[in-house]
Amino acid sequence: MTDTATTERPTGLSGLLSRITTGSNAGSLRTSLTTVASSLAAVAIALSICAVLLLVTGKSPVDAYSTILETAGDSNKLLEMLRRSTPLIFSATAVAVGFKMNLFNIGVEGQYLFAALIAAEAGSRVSLPAVAHIVFILLVAMAAGALWASISGILKVYRNIHEVISTIMLNYIALSVIQWLFENFFRDDTVEGLNVKTTIIAESGQMPDLVDGRLNAMFLVALATAGAFWVLVYRSRFGFRLRASGYNPNAAEVAGIGARRMVIAAMLISGAIAGLVAMYSVIGETYAYGPSATPTQFGFAGITVALLGRNHPIGIVIAALLFGFLDSTSAVLQLADVPNSIVKVMQSIIVLAVVVVNEATIRRLNARTAEQMRAQTDSGEAS
Amino acid sequence: MNLLQRMPRIVTIMVVFVVTMSVVRTWTGFDDLTSSGTIGATLRLTVPILLAGLAGLWAERVGILNIGIEGMMILGTWFGAFGAWKFGPWVGLLFAIGGGMIGGGIHAISTIRFGIDQVISGVVINLLAFFGVRYLSELAFVGQPQGGISQSPPQTSAIGRFDVPFLSGGRIGGWTSPDILGNLEERGWFIIGDVAGIARGLTNGVSWASLIAIVLVPLSAWILWRTTFGLRLRSSGESPESAESLGVNVIRVRYQGLLISGAFAGLGGGFLAIVSSSYYRQGQTAGRGFIGLATMIFGNWRPTGVLGGAAVFGYSEGLKLVAGNSITGLFLFIAIVAALAAVTGLVRASMRRTLAAAAVVAVAMLAYLTVDEVPESLTQSLPYVITLVVLGTASQRLRPPARAGVPYRPGSAH
Repeated sequence: MTDTATTERPTGLSGLLSRITTGSNAGSLRTSLTTVASSLAAVAIALSICAVLLLVTGKSPVDAYSTILETAGDSNKLLEMLRRSTPLIFSATAVAVGFKMNLFNIGVEGQYLFAALIAAEAGSRVSLPAVAHIVFILLVAMAAGALWASISGILKVYRNIHEVISTIMLNYIALSVIQWLFENFFRDDTVEGLNVKTTIIAESGQMPDLVDGRLNAMFLVALATAGAFWVLVYRSRFGFRLRASGYNPNAAEVAGIGARRMVIAAMLISGAIAGLVAMYSVIGETYAYGPSATPTQFGFAGITVALLGRNHPIGIVIAALLFGFLDSTSAVLQLADVPNSIVKVMQSIIVLAVVVVNEATIRRLNARTAEQMRAQTDSGEAS
Repeated sequence: MNLLQRMPRIVTIMVVFVVTMSVVRTWTGFDDLTSSGTIGATLRLTVPILLAGLAGLWAERVGILNIGIEGMMILGTWFGAFGAWKFGPWVGLLFAIGGGMIGGGIHAISTIRFGIDQVISGVVINLLAFFGVRYLSELAFVGQPQGGISQSPPQTSAIGRFDVPFLSGGRIGGWTSPDILGNLEERGWFIIGDVAGIARGLTNGVSWASLIAIVLVPLSAWILWRTTFGLRLRSSGESPESAESLGVNVIRVRYQGLLISGAFAGLGGGFLAIVSSSYYRQGQTAGRGFIGLATMIFGNWRPTGVLGGAAVFGYSEGLKLVAGNSITGLFLFIAIVAALAAVTGLVRASMRRTLAAAAVVAVAMLAYLTVDEVPESLTQSLPYVITLVVLGTASQRLRPPARAGVPYRPGSAH
């Protein structure tokens, strides 16, 4: 079972192995180029669909797209892009860990909000030296996210409940539990009015800004997490087992990779990364958890970014930057008399287009591989 | 035959429910547990969940998971409110159905034509619907009186309601018939008062739209299990290869199933925007699409089961709305039902069942005696917790369509 690097796209068992060991779906340069090209094509298709949508509804697509392009030159907008991409990178990485072994973690939403509350509360109750305080809060967030995600993992392993159903249900249960904990135990009662929060975290636990008031260091943590994801998934024994279980659970089981343990481990890691999604806000901006202050909806956005980035760390960072950029243009669009919700519609259509084009590409590649194999066997028989 | 076998069980469940509720009501004095007000609210809150559950049922019966029900319902609320605002409530409901079918159509094209993952397609539809209607609101509702990006202008007319004559004081011509059930309910006699309250809740002030929704339950069952069309639909979800080998056009059948699924979800959304309220509001569906999915699962992918599940959730919501403090009475209800289960466990000499039921009795009684008020925040999660518990404990008895969620390529039967 050697990993034979042939000039042609390897097929069969060696193909599977090489796809696992070379670290991405792209077994060769040609396939990675195809991947990039098809992604770009998908984005182009999506933008044209949105242009038609704008035209039909009586808005000018030229205005909209030129406004979006103009913002690209504004350095403040670019900082805004980095800020908005931070939670998306975490969320998409969390989703991608699950995808690597065909686990669909729709529960990032509940996991990160639960983690945000627990970490904010824990962070406000301890006093530690500066760096240790931040590390402590991040670790608590990861533990809380992992804890919530582990429920789905346990239900899947021991009660055979599909993770899609359990994570959906646990999202809603999380919202209830968070509200209950917050209102009865964690709320800072000295704060009046609508903007209620947990107790403010002391300065030692606050994440320093990279650019004053515009971007904090959680962005670097996000990039580091994407890097760690790459090492973990493509360069560690655990990652090999993870991907092997994803490609072929039965083969993995036969090879001695316990499927149950892998499910639990994948959910724990996914949940731990999910726990960090809202930290850019909790320890970087508001220094507390608040029902209206802490951003929501990043769990679902993460799924789209992971899909767009094809579950690869580099793809995820690029996709998160793209979505972060689109989000940052919404204020300007409104000024140009284009409803800014078109940006979110655009993102959803981009993802749909990418998934569709991806599926079509895979099918074509498979058909070609099958064709080549047939040609090989035919010539083999002839000689 | 099937019906005969199942009939007694439904009757048993209903008798146990009514008698136990009467006991609990008399014991606790929470008259609202079986009042016509609570049951009426239950009916109104059950309908959207029921329609969402049926939407899931129609999709999974043809073999396609539909995580996008929530999104299709959102489309239903928006298009329903738009149609009702422009052309009146009945046209609004048709618009809602159409809106849901757009979602169902997108799901069908992306999963059947392009073969993308059914869960992914559903998730994307949810997002697309949520933001899509925001975009549409910005075009259609902003600038209108009381309208805005997250709300439609209120509708001026509503769908009619009816009272059944003689039972609940309905009018015949100009004459108001006596409200027999209402009188009985007021007396509050043991069992009779409860039956009257429940019956009056189901016959008084009922929206015609609710009636239509309830009729869709037996209609779905009849179409799916008693017609050729239904057989084709179900065979596509159980064994598409065999269906195709017998000449069924699986692809067409799956498109039809998903369009019907979208129509149900859209109607559910339209009900929320036209009957439950008189305008569209962002977040109006509040996760009912997912609760519908849950009722489909523990309704065991059967229309009557979906109705039962939706009624449980509708009742817990309705009771919370009408008389929130009565919720604690439900602990007593659970304790009594569990005690009955313990007794039947003894009779059948099933030690495990008896012990499990006894444990539930103990916990429920403890909860009843110690808890004065159940926090609102926690009761909201009840449907989701129940779903996980049912899935975790009764999954042996559930039987989903064999091929739900598995993509199918035509001609793969060789």
